[in-house]
Amino acid sequence: MVGGPYIIETLGLSVSYDGRYAVRNISMRFPRNSITAIIGPSGCGKSTLLRSLNRMNDLIPGARVEGRVLFKGVDIYGDGVDPVDVRRRIGMVFQKPNPFPMSIYDNVAFGLRINGIKDDLDRRVRRALEQAALWDEVKDRLRENAYKLSGGQQQRLCIARALAVEPEVLLLDEPAASLDPVATAKIEELLTTLKQDYTIIIVTHNMQQAARIADQTAVLMPDETGAGTLVEYGPTRQIFTNPRSRRTEDYIRGRIG
Amino acid sequence: MALKQLLDRVVPRVLLTAVSLSVIFLASLLIEVAYTGLGMLSPNLIRGYPSSDPSRAGLRPAIWGSVWVVGLAMLVALPLGVATALYLSEYSRRGWLSKLIYFNLTNLAAVPSVVYGLVGLSFLGYFMGAGRSVLTGGLTLSFLILPLIVVVSMEAIRSVPELHRLGAYALGATRSQVVARIVLPEALPGILTGSILAVSRAMGEAAPLLVISGLIFVRDAPSGLLDGFTVLPLQIFSWILRPQEEFRRLSAAGIIVLLVLLLSMNSLAIVLRNMLQERRAE
Repeated sequence: MVGGPYIIETLGLSVSYDGRYAVRNISMRFPRNSITAIIGPSGCGKSTLLRSLNRMNDLIPGARVEGRVLFKGVDIYGDGVDPVDVRRRIGMVFQKPNPFPMSIYDNVAFGLRINGIKDDLDRRVRRALEQAALWDEVKDRLRENAYKLSGGQQQRLCIARALAVEPEVLLLDEPAASLDPVATAKIEELLTTLKQDYTIIIVTHNMQQAARIADQTAVLMPDETGAGTLVEYGPTRQIFTNPRSRRTEDYIRGRIG
Repeated sequence: MALKQLLDRVVPRVLLTAVSLSVIFLASLLIEVAYTGLGMLSPNLIRGYPSSDPSRAGLRPAIWGSVWVVGLAMLVALPLGVATALYLSEYSRRGWLSKLIYFNLTNLAAVPSVVYGLVGLSFLGYFMGAGRSVLTGGLTLSFLILPLIVVVSMEAIRSVPELHRLGAYALGATRSQVVARIVLPEALPGILTGSILAVSRAMGEAAPLLVISGLIFVRDAPSGLLDGFTVLPLQIFSWILRPQEEFRRLSAAGIIVLLVLLLSMNSLAIVLRNMLQERRAE
């Protein structure tokens, strides 16, 4: 297996916007087929770190990345690496459900079509919807506009859309932040099933959520310049029961944040 | 305290008076036109050819002239305008060049239309040798409505949620795929709505075409790009200038035809916009 048990590894990763650092010097490894949570107070660069893992930061004017991000041993910021290809293999789900204004079917098929896949569209769409635990709810209304779904269904549709192109890693940026507790529970349950086939990295400001679903948890805290740094990273249970640093303990106990 | 209460009572009345005045003014204009022109409305007015006999004179060459000139303007300005808007808002968002272009475009939209006519006639008509033709008129009108189309298109493109673009990029879409499959389809209703309004502006425009074509007697509808032409507003204008009372009434009838055309185009734009809003609300 290329890259060993770790599918993504960052080495001294720093990201700045117009010269202002959002995260600084982050080195961490993400194990395959598990859920890694990134937690930390607002504005500590969690989302920036996540976006730098599939080069979504390239789309933000003024963003600059230093250090390396190895995906299966290859630096995704290296020469000759196409960001479009990186994003197809490392999918992403956003904080707010963002289905396209088209039918449920077309939403899921979108990624397949732009990647030139024409065979077996029906089967692939169905499989993605099944993986996202949405098939039973939408199988009779695939031609309906995706906006007719509830917020939680829309978010699972976005997960299905990301899964349809068969990525290896799924990045989720606070995917349940705009959902009610029932819809949140469904997403969490879904993610714990999905880790059998995918590597999942999730940003959340909900510590209980991290405690419930994550195998390992990373804690980011702003340094004196406001740039996020990695203060703690380890098995979730250890982070929550026996944090090594004082700042982590304060944060988890609700004294920072 | 008393003053504030007094103001509260007076201000709405002042505003209502202002509204009523403008409505009354518009209504009396319409009534005057309808009163003068309705009697002259006939199938012959639309089908007929120009004539020195007011009972036989019709708008056929003017209607077709408008269709040719405005059609050509649209054919040129729409793709050019949408392409410009796409470039400015999707490809060079932060560049100083795009800011400069945008600033110039918004200024161009405020230039009096007769200036476009003069430039069109001297550059296209004389320098390029296109003469006082449909080609010169249509291209001149296309320059006139181009800034309008660019501005409304940019507005429509800007209203496409950024999260839709990001969602597509996250699936491995290239920039041109994002533009072709997300931005353009979502912005299209807005672009069309704005473009219809631009067309109706071009349709009612008289000044630049008066400069280009003059008040010539046009026997028939144009059959090619290099033919001479007249358009509805010009034909109406030339009838008003005639001394006979019948021609004055005929011009009122022509105004009714033009108004009906413009109103139906504007209604189409409103229907399109409502369809767009409904789709958004879903």
